[in-house]
Amino acid sequence: MANKNSTKVYDVIIVGSGAGGGMATKVLSEAGLQIAVVEAGPYFDPADPAQRTQMKWPYESPRRGASSQRPFGDFDSAYGGWEIEGEPYTRVPGTKFDWFRSHMLGGRTNHWGRISLRFGPNDFKHKSIDGLGDDWPIGYDDVKPYYDKVDKLIGVFGTKENLPNEPDGYFLPPPKPRLHELYFIKGSKKVGVPVIPARMSMLTKKINNDRGVCFYCGQCSRGCSVYADFSAGTCLIFPAQKAGGQIDLYVNSVVREVVTNDEGKATGVTYISKDDRQEYALKGKIVVLAASACSSARILLNSKSKQHPNGLGNSSGMVGKYLHDSTGASRAAFIPALMNRDIYNEDGVGGMHIYTPWWLDNRKLDFPRGYHLEMWGGMGMPSYGFGFNVNDLNKHIGEKVGGYGDRLRADVKKFYGSVVGISGRGECIARENNYCELDPEVVDEFGVPVLRFNYTWTEHERLQAKHMHNTFEEILDAMGGKILGDKPGKEDDFGLLAPGRIIHEVGTTRMGNDPNKSVTNAYEQLHDADNVFVVDGGPFVSQADKNPTWTILALAWRTSDYIIEQLRKRNI
Amino acid sequence: MDRRDTIKTMLVGSLAGGIILSACQPDADEKKKSGEDSDGQYGRTEKEKAHDLKVMGETFFNEHEVATIAVLCDLILPASASAGSAVDAGVPEFISFIARDIQSHQLPLRGGMMWLDHEATKRFSQAFILCSVDQQKQLLDTIAYPEDASPESAQGVKFFNLMRNLVLTGYYTSRMGIDDLGYQGNTPNTWDGVPDTVLSKHGLAYEQEWLAKCIDQEKRAVIAEWDAEGNLVN
Repeated sequence: MANKNSTKVYDVIIVGSGAGGGMATKVLSEAGLQIAVVEAGPYFDPADPAQRTQMKWPYESPRRGASSQRPFGDFDSAYGGWEIEGEPYTRVPGTKFDWFRSHMLGGRTNHWGRISLRFGPNDFKHKSIDGLGDDWPIGYDDVKPYYDKVDKLIGVFGTKENLPNEPDGYFLPPPKPRLHELYFIKGSKKVGVPVIPARMSMLTKKINNDRGVCFYCGQCSRGCSVYADFSAGTCLIFPAQKAGGQIDLYVNSVVREVVTNDEGKATGVTYISKDDRQEYALKGKIVVLAASACSSARILLNSKSKQHPNGLGNSSGMVGKYLHDSTGASRAAFIPALMNRDIYNEDGVGGMHIYTPWWLDNRKLDFPRGYHLEMWGGMGMPSYGFGFNVNDLNKHIGEKVGGYGDRLRADVKKFYGSVVGISGRGECIARENNYCELDPEVVDEFGVPVLRFNYTWTEHERLQAKHMHNTFEEILDAMGGKILGDKPGKEDDFGLLAPGRIIHEVGTTRMGNDPNKSVTNAYEQLHDADNVFVVDGGPFVSQADKNPTWTILALAWRTSDYIIEQLRKRNI
Repeated sequence: MDRRDTIKTMLVGSLAGGIILSACQPDADEKKKSGEDSDGQYGRTEKEKAHDLKVMGETFFNEHEVATIAVLCDLILPASASAGSAVDAGVPEFISFIARDIQSHQLPLRGGMMWLDHEATKRFSQAFILCSVDQQKQLLDTIAYPEDASPESAQGVKFFNLMRNLVLTGYYTSRMGIDDLGYQGNTPNTWDGVPDTVLSKHGLAYEQEWLAKCIDQEKRAVIAEWDAEGNLVN
């Protein structure tokens, strides 16, 4: 633990330890720079018996894993959630946004789905294709070398498919599909929806001697005690420390603002220690923000000075603007052919072994951007909620619903593993009028002004969700499924989840060549202060129908290389 | 070497050094069966530990309610030829905890049990738990089958749905229930596809083209190398 009253001047202060902060820590420390990593939450190591939830049984939790304490249940490794006591946020009336934060070493990489997709060439230039949103100032070719390096460093399974907008990479071989996934492959084929092996960052094969290989417990969301899946702590920060990097870790330390001098350049940060609720200062020559798209925007907006009266990096007024999350909708079905299953261990990797990347041409559809499909099901480990509405499915097979006694045991076994589902995750167009800003009145328990969100969906997203549901029904029907629940209508936004629920929010410090319309340049460097960088999802110009993590990692590496080069040239 | 490094070495050494612990270690299996494989920790933060302790120290149900829950538990899931009852599996204790932890359960459970006693008194002039098993079942028959229940019993149906949900979830998340269900996972293994017998039962087969791309589990411990085009060479 670093000294709170440090007088040291760090080469780089990195705020946040998730995907972007972890990558910056690794690359910059390996270049010999002295690094301070400032993390709002505690130290976390999934291998520490005191913190480990992997391989626990449901009865080891008195609430059997219910979500009353952690939003994804007791065994999920993320500390935090959509609501954190003492750290509120607000919304403009009539708008929705749910903000998921995970304050801990490694941040949200500790529990994410590990779906690791590259953006394709079209994803960087979508305005040129459909006239909506904006193009990135960089293209796939700029990022490709870094995607390649990330693949090799961290490990991702997948297969070469030669699809135009789903670039292949350096893949480990995928695991074989499970039974319900074979049903999905067959059903999708019938209706012309392609399915390919999933692309996820679990090690199906060894990539070095420091990390273990997947032993198929299916619990990646709990964090892996042998480091066989990606999280920023286990795969980036710990190896950087082990390699002798000069890294001081400040945990439980909430950054309030970036401090700037008379020339408007950053000289460090101030932070509040959660341990004693005192404020401290850290000095650094470069500040790299990686606190998550909205937290980094908040820090910038709170960093007001004579030189930066609207907040640091905000001379354009663009900080917080263009906030966008993936769209999301889901549907489930009961598959009678999967009743009375032979029971065997099919935990597999945590999540899907197969998926469907976007496969249609939006020019022929009534919505402009695509979505991918994630399939789920199987004979999972019971936890709180298992056995609810135990035999409701009897109504689909002409048998009696309800009752008590021995028949319930038979019903539980009859239906175990017979329900499957599909989730669609799509691209939302980034718009200036979806944003977060400082709430003029509300502060958190540390006295720091909080964010106020303003986010609405448009017809683009609603029509996309409507299309998702049609697809779900076609596939589930082709699988012989009895589709559960009613199809959501217009009054329910066609089943679109509230923005923020998919936890892919990006865009709040977007990159661009025009300083009047963007916050950072193509190297994630602030237009307004050349020694401040943002390496989380903030600089994304558009989100794509992909999960953002792999692109955050690739861009953070690219930016770190740029920082090293600029230091060498004495430009910053 | 700090604590993290020590733990890491330990685990990487024992679990992941190319040889995965056998899924069939007798010791582990014995412990699994008896439910003694818990070290009492499940990765709580200090704040969460304090919350658990606080909830465990509280009481909500009175004695009569506790007794009623136990009777309902064993009516809903009595012992079978091969597995114990809901009471044997500790479900009443679970329901007692979950009602303190998820407080929205409190009113429906308390009010529902009172509704049940009221109905029992109307029909049989005594509280539900004092009725004979036949009488108890007669009463449950009016609320246990949502499709057949009369509109006047709707509140009872709602209560019984909740109680049945909690009993089943409590049971099947207990060691006894997991064994009864037959869940085979939560143990290190090497997933290598759906068993052939299962595939043929479902009339399915892996496509050769797909299978050729999947992991060869014989080579899982060999460090991956690729050629310049990204093809795995080993």
